[in-house]
Amino acid sequence: MSITHLLFWFLTVLALGSALMVIFSKNPVHSILWLIAAFFAISGHYVLLNAQFLAIVNIIVYAGAIMVLFLFVVMLMNLNSAAIPMKNKWLGFAGVISGGCLLLVITAALKDTAVMRNDVLMKTGDIGLIHNLGMVLFKDYVLPFEISSVLFLSAMVGAMVIGKKD
Amino acid sequence: MTIQHYIFLAVALFSIGVIGVLTRRNIIIIFMCIELMLNAVNLLLVAFSKMHHLAAIAADATSKAGSEGQIFVFFIMVVAAAEVSVGLAIIVMMYRNTHSVDANFLNRLKH
Repeated sequence: MSITHLLFWFLTVLALGSALMVIFSKNPVHSILWLIAAFFAISGHYVLLNAQFLAIVNIIVYAGAIMVLFLFVVMLMNLNSAAIPMKNKWLGFAGVISGGCLLLVITAALKDTAVMRNDVLMKTGDIGLIHNLGMVLFKDYVLPFEISSVLFLSAMVGAMVIGKKD
Repeated sequence: MTIQHYIFLAVALFSIGVIGVLTRRNIIIIFMCIELMLNAVNLLLVAFSKMHHLAAIAADATSKAGSEGQIFVFFIMVVAAAEVSVGLAIIVMMYRNTHSVDANFLNRLKH
């Protein structure tokens, strides 16, 4: 197997294992740390696909800002007590079976379609570089970009209004 | 690697997120599993953008087709960041009022 294949399978196992540990950890702080590991694995996948800008933005925004925000909330509210035991074990089984059914149905629906055999361009390809993405973003998609700044402003105002003590 | 591998990886991550949302009762963990689902979709979008880029390069070697997928991922990250800030503010406010983060306890709103 080439080094690309090896890296792909290693990152896949890391991402899926970390995601499973997120939902099976008892301590919420451990879940957050496993989710950060999952985000690093997904960023590794982005690097393998040569989507360099998105890999760095994923680490900075998701693992660096959003997960740190989660950690702040868990630690300041002192929420890291162990998980409450399930009231009804059968609800837990029903949840797992529902998720498993979703996985099975989507897999079965997409299994034999013709598009599955298309190759993905890995390791090369210029569209992931920040120069080319920036040209597309600021030429063709400048309106959603400006609207997203208004979205951030409204989210900031909303978070402050909701979190205010009165 | 074909697109098949990426589709299965993204669907597996997404269904692990769905299992987390349905199974766990801590609101913070449910919120984190929603972020996991968003990341699965991001990964799939980037894989599809490279698939289209490969197909377009075969026709014309300087084509820049397929960057829309990565731009969309950028905007999904923007929306996820805004959503997390507002969602965590709501969680903090509900914890201040009820001193609990149990999802079964927080449905008291309907009474």
